[in-house]
Amino acid sequence: MSLKECYAALGGDYEDVTHRLPSEKMVRKFVFKFLNDPSYALLESSLEAKNYEEAFRAAHTIKGVCQNLSFSRLFASSNALTEALRGGWTPEAEGLVQQVTADYQATVSAIRALQEEEGEG
Amino acid sequence: MESTQQKKLKILIADDSEMNRAILSEMLEKEYEILEAENGVQALVMIQEHETELSLLLLDIVMPELDGYGVLKVMNQRRWIEYIPVIMISAESSSSHVERAYDMGVTDFISRPFDARIVHRRVVNTILLYAKQKKLLELVAEQVYEKEKQSSLMIDILSHIVEFRNGESGMHVIHIRTLTDMFLRHLVQMTDRYPLSPTDIVLISTASALHDIGKISIPAEILNKPGRLTPEEFSTMKQHSLIGATMLEQLPSHQDEPLLKVAYEICRWHHERYDGRGYPDGLKGDEIPVSAQIVALADVYDALTSERVYKKALPHEEAVRMILNGECGTLNPLLLKCLEEIADRIPEELKNSRASGSNHREITDDLLHQKELTVSERTLQLLEHERMKYSFFAAMSGEIQFEYTVSPPVAALSAWSAEKLGLPETITDPLHDGRVLDLIGVENLQELIEAALSTTPEKPVMQYECKIHLKEEHRWMRFICRTSWSADEPPACAGVIGKVVDIHEARLQIESLSYQAFHDELTGLFNRRYARSKIIERLETRPNSKFALAILDTNKFKTINDTRGHDFGDRVLAYAAKKMLQSVRSGDIVARIGGDEYLIFLEYKENVQAAVGRIFSALTGEFEGFPISFSMGVARTEVVGRDYETLFHAADQALYTSKRAGDGRYYFYHESMQDGDSALSPIEKRNKTNAHAD
Repeated sequence: MSLKECYAALGGDYEDVTHRLPSEKMVRKFVFKFLNDPSYALLESSLEAKNYEEAFRAAHTIKGVCQNLSFSRLFASSNALTEALRGGWTPEAEGLVQQVTADYQATVSAIRALQEEEGEG
Repeated sequence: MESTQQKKLKILIADDSEMNRAILSEMLEKEYEILEAENGVQALVMIQEHETELSLLLLDIVMPELDGYGVLKVMNQRRWIEYIPVIMISAESSSSHVERAYDMGVTDFISRPFDARIVHRRVVNTILLYAKQKKLLELVAEQVYEKEKQSSLMIDILSHIVEFRNGESGMHVIHIRTLTDMFLRHLVQMTDRYPLSPTDIVLISTASALHDIGKISIPAEILNKPGRLTPEEFSTMKQHSLIGATMLEQLPSHQDEPLLKVAYEICRWHHERYDGRGYPDGLKGDEIPVSAQIVALADVYDALTSERVYKKALPHEEAVRMILNGECGTLNPLLLKCLEEIADRIPEELKNSRASGSNHREITDDLLHQKELTVSERTLQLLEHERMKYSFFAAMSGEIQFEYTVSPPVAALSAWSAEKLGLPETITDPLHDGRVLDLIGVENLQELIEAALSTTPEKPVMQYECKIHLKEEHRWMRFICRTSWSADEPPACAGVIGKVVDIHEARLQIESLSYQAFHDELTGLFNRRYARSKIIERLETRPNSKFALAILDTNKFKTINDTRGHDFGDRVLAYAAKKMLQSVRSGDIVARIGGDEYLIFLEYKENVQAAVGRIFSALTGEFEGFPISFSMGVARTEVVGRDYETLFHAADQALYTSKRAGDGRYYFYHESMQDGDSALSPIEKRNKTNAHAD
């Protein structure tokens, strides 16, 4: 699997990211770094604790990172969730949390697949 | 062999996402040194720390602890925003966000997603722009200064031509300027009748040089006539003031220059007198502009003290006396007072002005000092130097040093101090930080805060001592702190700086000295004096409790000493002391009050007989095969009252009774013993009698 294929699998914009960032090597580095980003875990735990202010910030951070990495699909759902949480909890946040979770899982498994293939090669 | 590397400029990135910081960092780290902060408070701490070296701040809006706007607010308050450019980096791109950020002094905006080339270009541009601005500022200041120097030069040349024709010393203009400047500066201190700014004062002093330019059109024969002028000659001479004013008025340009307006006033009216008897217009009192009044006074003084073709120079004292007596025309009484007050300084100042050729102050100099310009390069260097000096001395002193700001609540420790305490160098909200609380203790911290809050802007220094928990050890420390206060009315406490000195050894020494002063060396029990004060204190602080005071005497102690030696005797005393401590409760008082005599003071509720009996039988036994027993007399507050001396005396009498009855008994005091003898050894008896005699 190439980086380009990985982007296709996670619903990202490969053209855009390689245009903005100086090298594919750097993109690759940050894509792998995404696996260690604590924002999603923070989103989950703060939602559980009903700390919506922190949940807003976590969603906001995910959105920012996705924007920078051109993870378009996860960006779209996390962006919508950010707006839904901006003033505290809203009913539509429920569905959006599920959407973000699904998109996040898909993104992570696409990156893992790329990582494993590289590990073998 | 070039070993000195050019130092990289520093950029601070404040963003709560580590990924985002890493991406930006990767884009910029080749050319710049990158510092990172993960929230607003940390960003402020780092700005404070690197204030003078930061070339740029990349600032996110949404952050925990304190958001980007909060950071900008503090940067505005502390005026950092004037010399540290800020670029906002944010996913927030609505125009209200952008507008608010620009209003708060942000230079530029970079919105996500980051494009490497754009980020790079904006960063470089902003840094260059600020550097250029700083240079331009310096350049402008220099040019203004240069221009001013040139115009001063022109004024000097012009007025010297006049003087030259006038046959004056060439020092007249310099003297007038110096005197005018002195009078004005003193006058504004004396009164607020003439609202003169520092700039006005410089203008008037500079313009004073032109006061006699009208003389250029007076015939030289009249100007330089050695004898008295005829009335006609005098009226020609008098025209010079109006002529000078007209010359200035008819200048084809520069009519709006403040310098020209002031020079006009001076030329035209420097021969007016306060009573209206001067020329050319016969103005009276404050109809005459203060500039002209002052120059008139300076002119009169310098004319009197200088040599002219028609007169000799008068000494300073005589000139001042003549002016004050009104011999040179009537002058403003306030100005006369001004002259009188600074008269002593005049000869010296004039001498200095002659030595330096020209002593007038440059307008730019004054502006630079009087007005708040943006922080100059030099100020930053000075600040940097102070910072270096401070951290050097901080490290050398071996003291813990800290700084605490109330808003945001952050404590900063010097590197050495942080290491010593096992704390980070910056701590957010330290008053609620578990590590700080562990170190100082909740109650101590509360007391420390109270001590700090009890200071005032007038008396901002305080001290506080407590034990702190330092790496597995509790040590006595002294806090010496100074509070800082806001400029508000009433002032609010803005922060605390302080140092913490280890006073553990000194404190222990004092404790050991006081231990020695209060305790018996052999047994470790309280000595008699200390026991007395403790008992009196106990009696006073617990007025509703019942107490018993017992005095004990070791039976046959002399025999023990005689047969087994003094060392053994000492060990018996120590053993007895130990037994006593074991048989009383911890709150009771046990003391050695003489050679082989002891005192026990205990609190009781109901059955004192049982308690005393238990102690007494516990003490009876043997030590290394030697039988040990005591005689004891006991007095109770219930029976004899709560006066220490009375209690002691009663217990002593009870002991006497028990000794008479034979060794190994104890008695409670009752009234029948009242006039009995004392059982205590003579020295004790004497003390007791003295106490009673008091």
